[in-house]
Amino acid sequence: MKLNTKWMRILGGAAMGALLLVTLAWASNNPELADEAAKQLAEATGTTSALPWWGWPTILLFFCFILGIIAVLAGVGGGVLYVPLVSGFFPFHLDFVRGAGLLVALAGALAAGPGLLKRNLASLRLALPVALIASSCAIVGAFLGLALPNHIVQMCLGGTIMGIAILLLLSKNTARPVVEKQDALSLAFGMRGAYMEPATGEIVEWKTHRTVMGLLLFIVIGIMAGMFGLGAGWANVPVLNLLMGAPLKVAVGTSKFLLSITDTSAAWVYLNQGCVIPLMAIPSIVGLMMGSFVGVRLLAIAKPTFIRYMVIGVLLFAGGKALAKGLGF
Amino acid sequence: MNKPETNAPAEQIAYANILFYGCWSGLALMLVTYLLYVTGIMDPYVSMDNVIKYWSLPVGQYLTDNNVPTGWGWATLLTNGDFLNFLGIALLGGLTIVAYIPLTITYFKKKDFAFAIIAFLEVLVLCFAASGIVGGGAH
Repeated sequence: MKLNTKWMRILGGAAMGALLLVTLAWASNNPELADEAAKQLAEATGTTSALPWWGWPTILLFFCFILGIIAVLAGVGGGVLYVPLVSGFFPFHLDFVRGAGLLVALAGALAAGPGLLKRNLASLRLALPVALIASSCAIVGAFLGLALPNHIVQMCLGGTIMGIAILLLLSKNTARPVVEKQDALSLAFGMRGAYMEPATGEIVEWKTHRTVMGLLLFIVIGIMAGMFGLGAGWANVPVLNLLMGAPLKVAVGTSKFLLSITDTSAAWVYLNQGCVIPLMAIPSIVGLMMGSFVGVRLLAIAKPTFIRYMVIGVLLFAGGKALAKGLGF
Repeated sequence: MNKPETNAPAEQIAYANILFYGCWSGLALMLVTYLLYVTGIMDPYVSMDNVIKYWSLPVGQYLTDNNVPTGWGWATLLTNGDFLNFLGIALLGGLTIVAYIPLTITYFKKKDFAFAIIAFLEVLVLCFAASGIVGGGAH
């Protein structure tokens, strides 16, 4: 109990530190002001930021480290927090934030994938058909996102982020949904499996249903993942779990693995279009991955309910800000 | 009644191993190249001053004003610190394509043609995305 309190204090301090850092950064370099200044710079000469070139990447590294911890404790992917917060509070243009956001989500998924696949918590037979649809549509989404005017993307991003916050608040995933009968497509694809609960040694068998509807929804999920660079765990899990009937552990594991495929296709589009600036993308990836490792260790002893509600609040705020920015307020 | 199989299939384990070694190699490479870049050991193509000037502007303006190539143009600029970083990024991006190739072959060998075709189509989709054939949408 004492250990719990100690860790919660450390975590609280870290979260406060991150908030303070962002507030200071925001106050010293408001994105709108930076945007305006940068536009003038393009026409003439001058400087955009009072910080030296290493200032923002350093802040970003520490910010992403904290974000990685919070994301794990709140049970959300890094990308879904990264894009709205970094585009809202850092001076980077949304084009570069989405490119980096996809790489952040991709690196996290690739690192988590092997463990999930080996423990049979991610299933290739469930993931492969879904991945083909989602990754094809992510390419379309990426091109749409890069072709649409910035304010439209900002508006859609804001609406989506607020929708995700509401989804996180309301969705009640089921640990082991009851699937009476596999549909024909699920049967043909062999979408079934079994895994062992490490705590009890119990063998959990699973199978899926409503495959056609699930696959259709992955068209939308793929487009959104590519368009906003968010990763898409927030949408994958409810579809795999609530609609298709995969157990929650398999849905979470397969969703995380799925991101390694979906985000690969979208990330290449952003990379080919020049939307990756290593100076800010690499500290983001490294910070978030380091934070995730610390977060996983904290997860065993921390009570993440408060963090989850805090994240929902932050998402609502960041989504509202993006929406307002898109609407020109 | 047979006991259900809880072990992952062999092709799944093989896929996981490719991801494991590839991912950590990519991240290590990314860290090394980033250090070469930010410590100034290798000169960047776009100066640090210009990067921080342009990262708040749309990508189109960044590309035009700094003469930055799109598509695989970065591969011709690997002697520059900033573009050297794309090696690690490309390794992460190419990993899934590499992992899918033996998977496709395994499914064909097992005569699991539905999954062999799905895996083959996925390789095509990812190669298409990576090729940079379609582009020009960025504003």
